[in-house]
Amino acid sequence: MNREAQWEVVIGLETHAQLKTQSKIFSGASTAFGAEPNRQACAVDIALPGVLPVFNREAAVCAIKFGLSVGATIAPRSIFARKNYFYPDLPKGYQISQFELPVVSGGGLQIRVGETEKFVNLTRAHLEEDAGKSLHEDFQGKTGIDLNRAGTPLLEIVSEPEMRSSAEAVAYAKALHALVQWIGICDGNMQEGSFRCDANVSVRRPGAELGTRREIKNLNSFRFMQQAIDFEVQWQINEIEEGRKIQQATVLFDPDSGETRAMRSKEDAHDYRYFPDPDLLPLEITPAWIDQVKADLPELPQAMQQRFQSDYGLSAYDAAALTAQRGLADFFQRAVALTGAAQAKLVANWLQGEISARLNREERDIADAPVTPEQLAGVIARIVDHTISNNIAKKVFEALWAGEGSSADAIIEAQGLKQITDTSAIEALVDEVLAANQKSVEEFRAGKEKAFNALVGQAMKATKGKANPQQVTDLLKKKLGG
Amino acid sequence: MSLNSQDVSRIARLARVELSAAENAATCDQLNAILGFIAQLQAVDTDGIEPMAHAVDVVQRLRPDVVSETDRRDAFQAVAPDVEAGLYLVPRVIE
Repeated sequence: MNREAQWEVVIGLETHAQLKTQSKIFSGASTAFGAEPNRQACAVDIALPGVLPVFNREAAVCAIKFGLSVGATIAPRSIFARKNYFYPDLPKGYQISQFELPVVSGGGLQIRVGETEKFVNLTRAHLEEDAGKSLHEDFQGKTGIDLNRAGTPLLEIVSEPEMRSSAEAVAYAKALHALVQWIGICDGNMQEGSFRCDANVSVRRPGAELGTRREIKNLNSFRFMQQAIDFEVQWQINEIEEGRKIQQATVLFDPDSGETRAMRSKEDAHDYRYFPDPDLLPLEITPAWIDQVKADLPELPQAMQQRFQSDYGLSAYDAAALTAQRGLADFFQRAVALTGAAQAKLVANWLQGEISARLNREERDIADAPVTPEQLAGVIARIVDHTISNNIAKKVFEALWAGEGSSADAIIEAQGLKQITDTSAIEALVDEVLAANQKSVEEFRAGKEKAFNALVGQAMKATKGKANPQQVTDLLKKKLGG
Repeated sequence: MSLNSQDVSRIARLARVELSAAENAATCDQLNAILGFIAQLQAVDTDGIEPMAHAVDVVQRLRPDVVSETDRRDAFQAVAPDVEAGLYLVPRVIE
């Protein structure tokens, strides 16, 4: 029995999604990224005496949108609590969060690992404010504090400990990442810290009680998440197999060494002494408000997947891939609107083939793709009407991607890529090829099928790929058979 | 439920409050008196009554999502003990 089969991995994720509001959750200061230090930290954010928080309606709208999109319960009344701890980038000495009665509870997400689908339940999602930033570079032997981020609205989304591998955890995080962008509540920028995950990891013998967990903090890329969890799992298994006990701890992942290591922990660190914030009244969310938000919600990925399968005859796999990202789905729909539903499969193939490959290679987002849906539809239209072959279409596409022309038609015209349809012209070329390749012709006549393919290749080469391969094949067959 | 001097020391440490032994004893008495009041309140029959999160039965006022604050960094930093490059400086934090 291999080692992995003797252990079951248990992972739960806590994700902080920064909400896409203009102003902060409890003040009217801007949330724009990249300002000079402390230029966007107002009296409320820096906790001057006598200030009071005033709640941003839009933050609640974001939470409602999220709750609706995961089929969760939205609390008709939720309350804010103070989470007390001392750190210089938390000027009030407490973070305003939610403890009892969070705004969203329950719901879940469908994830896919390879061909396997799985539903991951959510525990809750609650609103809270972000803290500021500590800069530990040396300022006369001191630490510098930038409070621009203090008070930025966050939705903390907590999953049930239902993931059983790093691959499932990453699939869940990716699905969540796509969803929050899809419904427009978070920009998903992981480099800027708009979407960050903490992973609670433990291992146990199958069927045993839950093991002691360690929390890996601040995972800001999917690759690091996978590496960190894999390392942590092996580390925990080793510890237990060597007779040691796992101590509950918070750990950090070091991308350079690929290892996780425990942070220095104080015994009282986790006693946050939550209590309802007396500065804030209960947040009331009426059914009418929920209905209003629901009306503004875009079609959700799950529903879109169903529609792509029924309207366009796409496979479940294609439909899932195209709805993995809103930008991809939008691109697909805009292109299909131009090519017609009959070419939907072709559009899907191009998006998942040429376009995705290039985007991956160049580490670009679909939103920054140099080829527009209109341009792709133009390429496909010329394939469908036989102006160009698939191979030439790839060349045209490459030229579009490189910005060598504004449309497929312009590039076909400028580079003379139009397929030769004149039968007599192709026939002349085929005759030349046959004359120049007597050896292959004899081999074919002697029964070597491979020789025929060589002749097709030669003929296509002679036409510089501009002849319809089917037409060339037919002609060759006719001539050789006759 | 009642607190002893160890509990008080721990709470004081969490709140970053320094208490002398005499202050600890006095605080312990005061906190236990408060817990006594709470015990009285808890004796009241509240079956079927929905708990409230706030003493006033009103709901949160909502602010439109508009940037209304201007940059007042210079004024705020004029009264800060130590600043550099727009940052508030604090004693070195060791992770």
